[in-house]
Amino acid sequence: MDMGSFAQQFAQQLINGISLGSIYALIALGYTMIYGIIKLINFAHGDIYMLGAYMGFVATTMLGLSFVPALIFAMVAAGIAGIIIERVAYRPMRNAPRIAILITAIGVSFFLEYGMILIATPQPRTFPPIFEATIYKFYGLIVNSQQILILVISLVLMAGLTYIVNKTKVGKAMRAVSFDADAARLMGINIDRIISMTFALGSSLAAAAGVLVGVYYNSIDPLMGMMPGLKAFIAAVLGGIGIIPGAMLGGVIMGIVEAMVSGFFSSTFRDAAAFGILILILLYRPSGILGKNIKEKV
Amino acid sequence: MKRMTKVLSMMCAGLLAASVFAGCGGSSKKASDTIKVGADIELTGGSASYGKSAQNAIKLAFDQVNAKGGVLGKKMELVVADNKSEAAEATNAMQKLVAQDKVVAVIGPNLSSAVIASTAVNTGAKVLVISPMGTNPQVTVGKDGKTKDFMFRACFIDPFQGTVMAAFAKNTLKAQKVALLIDNSSDYSKGLAQFFEIAFANGGGTIVAKESYLQKDTDFKATLTKIKATNPDMIYVPGYYQEVGMIVKQARDIGITVPMAGGDGWDSSKLPEIAGKTSLNNTFFSSLYSAEDDSKLNKDFVAAYKKAYNQKPDVFAALAYDSAMLVVNAIKTANSTDTVKIKDALAKTAGFNGVAGSVTFDDQHNPVKSAFIIEFKEGAQTFRTKINP
Repeated sequence: MDMGSFAQQFAQQLINGISLGSIYALIALGYTMIYGIIKLINFAHGDIYMLGAYMGFVATTMLGLSFVPALIFAMVAAGIAGIIIERVAYRPMRNAPRIAILITAIGVSFFLEYGMILIATPQPRTFPPIFEATIYKFYGLIVNSQQILILVISLVLMAGLTYIVNKTKVGKAMRAVSFDADAARLMGINIDRIISMTFALGSSLAAAAGVLVGVYYNSIDPLMGMMPGLKAFIAAVLGGIGIIPGAMLGGVIMGIVEAMVSGFFSSTFRDAAAFGILILILLYRPSGILGKNIKEKV
Repeated sequence: MKRMTKVLSMMCAGLLAASVFAGCGGSSKKASDTIKVGADIELTGGSASYGKSAQNAIKLAFDQVNAKGGVLGKKMELVVADNKSEAAEATNAMQKLVAQDKVVAVIGPNLSSAVIASTAVNTGAKVLVISPMGTNPQVTVGKDGKTKDFMFRACFIDPFQGTVMAAFAKNTLKAQKVALLIDNSSDYSKGLAQFFEIAFANGGGTIVAKESYLQKDTDFKATLTKIKATNPDMIYVPGYYQEVGMIVKQARDIGITVPMAGGDGWDSSKLPEIAGKTSLNNTFFSSLYSAEDDSKLNKDFVAAYKKAYNQKPDVFAALAYDSAMLVVNAIKTANSTDTVKIKDALAKTAGFNGVAGSVTFDDQHNPVKSAFIIEFKEGAQTFRTKINP
């Protein structure tokens, strides 16, 4: 392999990695927001992503919606599902030990996975071709329109989220609750409502990722959320859990690392590399790339 | 009360005995003018469609033979036993066929596990079994590597598909450089790839890349980009349709236009949905049978099958039909209804012409036979060619 083709390979894998990474980033955002606000690793988050993909499937096949309305439909539906899950499963446990809530989250995850198998059968479904892929070539690199779509939609959603969190009243309240829930309550913030809002936002981002994956890979199944859920969790930890820009960065890094490992070593090492990153980051920088080392108050 | 029960039970026993004798009398009288062949097949349960096709096809075969005057001056008679798609039930069904119905040969089961489970029964009774679709190597060969005397199959074993596709790649597609993409979680896929590699290398070709994936993977772009850089003339993906669909789609998405090929794991109506019809153009897979094969034998079979059952024969029907005809042929050659002589005659079968190609048994009772190459054209499976061994 000469240098020219190596550089070209590298650039091509970078493109593959970024589109995969945007998906991880969208899921990781939900993990990080929910952790930021109630210190819960929501293991059901990967399944919300699956739920979103199925909602998109329902919207496009049964309701006959086109791409953008289907995306919005799935985001709204998953947002509502997120609120219900928080209300039913997590709120009663608000003051329980953290391990109990964590186990509840795993229970919710299984409930969603096998509930969907019951409703939709374990057979994979194929998404209707609502967004045809066109291939663009420049300088020997190949980008298809779906990859551009994923990147653009992810960027728009992340920009929207950043705006909500930093510039709106709800966002300010979220940051306040995340910083100190009791003090926020004393300031007259309705904590329950803010937590519901956080779940709604995080879930709808995961749903958007689900619909994008449905369009991109053309195939969805009830257990599709397991692996991406775990990878997105690693991405959130990598960037610094609880930190929103960290989740985006972590997601993109994960995507690129996976593409590079598959492209230059072997695809069978890909998952090992992802989980290796988790171990390394926990050993050497547990607060993540963008995290500050804050001592936990006891 | 107690006495009445006793009387009743004695009556029952008497009735049972009478029916047994009656049964015996009936069969011995009939045995003079018919030759009984059993079918231990899946009429109910998860694989019921396999058994239904097999039953239709065997019945058609025997009707045709009988219309031409039968065998050794006798009519062929089919005795069907349902194995409910289960290994344990297959053994019971086999027991019934060989002990009660006294058949001279058994066709079925289609499921490898069911054939293996019932082996002891038919071997003990010295009655041959020919499985139309049992692809597991252990159907005919024991763990000790010895051929099981009374066990045969009508299909080729899985890895043979790799050999066939290598010949097709070399001779028809004129491929010199092939990349392999293997499902690392499946023995089926690894077996096909291994045989492909050996045959293709022996034919003078080069394997330029050997990559693998796992079931349930969804992103193959990175691996495919790597494969693309090696400039292969063809990519061999002997996986199952779910991942294959995504692989073909993503390969076309990143601009890989060379032919792609695989084994019968591709044979699913879901594949064109997942991959997209245009992406599937210029892809091929190997199969045991195609109803579109234009040999006269097959055309006649398809026409007769359609006339009798109002549907196209599938691969299970074709292989069951060939199994039935192989048994008839063996009885003719043996010129006897002695089960051991029929078995010996079947083992010596060479150059037999079936609807799914010619059959010659090797010393492991596996048929050396033709394979079919199916090509996708705008999402439709079309018969491309038949490859003879």
